[in-house]
Formats: sequence, structure tokens, C-alpha cells
Amino acid sequence: MKITIHYFAMLREQARRDEESRETNATTVAELYAELTQAHGFTIPAGNLRAAVNDAFVKMDAPLRDGDVVTFIPPVAGG
Amino acid sequence: MFELSERPLDGVKLRATLTEPAAGALVIFEGWVRNENEGRPVTGLFYEAEPKLCASEMEKIAGEAKAKFGVLGVRVAHRVGQLAIGEMAVWVGVTAGHRDAAFAGCRYVIDELKKRLPVWKKEHYADQTTRWVGM
Repeated sequence: MKITIHYFAMLREQARRDEESRETNATTVAELYAELTQAHGFTIPAGNLRAAVNDAFVKMDAPLRDGDVVTFIPPVAGG
Repeated sequence: MFELSERPLDGVKLRATLTEPAAGALVIFEGWVRNENEGRPVTGLFYEAEPKLCASEMEKIAGEAKAKFGVLGVRVAHRVGQLAIGEMAVWVGVTAGHRDAAFAGCRYVIDELKKRLPVWKKEHYADQTTRWVGM
């Protein structure tokens, strides 16, 4: 299935892109992040991330469906 | 209610958007870019945010502040992009009938947004190095 991924902050820098579309066999958000860590050398542990699918926060074990847009949220530091 | 801005925040304009006839108190918090963090000299900050998730999470936080403290109006603006020392990074204004609720509500909003809004900050140091805060 095809998933679109949006990157921010350190993940954007490490992936060298704002977003990408990717064919994947990952069935959950966590599996997708593991695959992307292999591809891009991400250094943020999965346990320190949050994720959103189609603009709503989800748990890392949330299932993926064809066409989903996934945003990974590194540790936040606003204010 | 919430905005991300690539340009300097104008506290006077933001304050003017909080018009509640029942309000007897307004508490404003401004967060500024400081020249050091954990003992390291800082020369500037870069802020980045995810707009849609920021807006929806801020709606939740404002709703919680209203439910918990009975505040009337909540208005928040956050800067994105490159900021210099002394610039305003965040503006929070909370109105309420009386000062206790306004102080408590403003404190709640800034504390929660720092923990929950998808906003990221890269510190630039005097020795030319940088670091994403918290990563």
C-alpha cells in the first residue's frame, strides 16, 4: 500500500525532505517508523515519538491503511 | 483563537481581539527568546510547527481551561521561523470574570501548550553549533 509521510524538525533534516510517498508492507505506525529508521538513519527512539494519521493523534500501534497520511511528532518544545 | 505567525507578534493587536463584556480580568503571558539555556550562550532560536495539529490541540487546551477554571476567552499566538534574542515567541491571553480564574487559566494554557503543541525549537549557540531541544 501507499503511505504519505510528513517530516518535521530533526526528522525532516535526517530524511532530507518534508514529505514522501512510499510503498510499504508495514501494518502499523510503529512498523513504518522502524522501516523509515532503516532508510533514513533516524536517531529519535520510537518511544520518544508521537504520531498522527490523517491529522489526528494516534497510538504507535495504530493500523495503517492505503492512502493514509502519517505525521511523526518528535519531542515538542514550544513556548 | 490560535495563530502561527512568521512575522513578529503584536501584543497590542492580539489583546484587542479579546473582547468579552463579562470579563473583569485579563492575564497575558509573553514568552521571549532568552540569551542562554542551561548555561550555554544562545544567539537565536528556530521554531517549526505542524499547523493543523497545533490548531486542533489548542482548541482542546482552551476547552479544558474553560471547563476547569471558567475562563471566558483564550487567545494564543506562536511565532515560527528564525527568532533573535528578545523577540516574542509566544503570546497567551486569557480573560475571566475575576483574576483568580484568569491567572490559573493562563498558567494552565501556557503549561499545556509547551507540553502538547507540535512545535519544535532549534537553539543556535554562540559557538556556531545548533541543537533541537528535547531530541
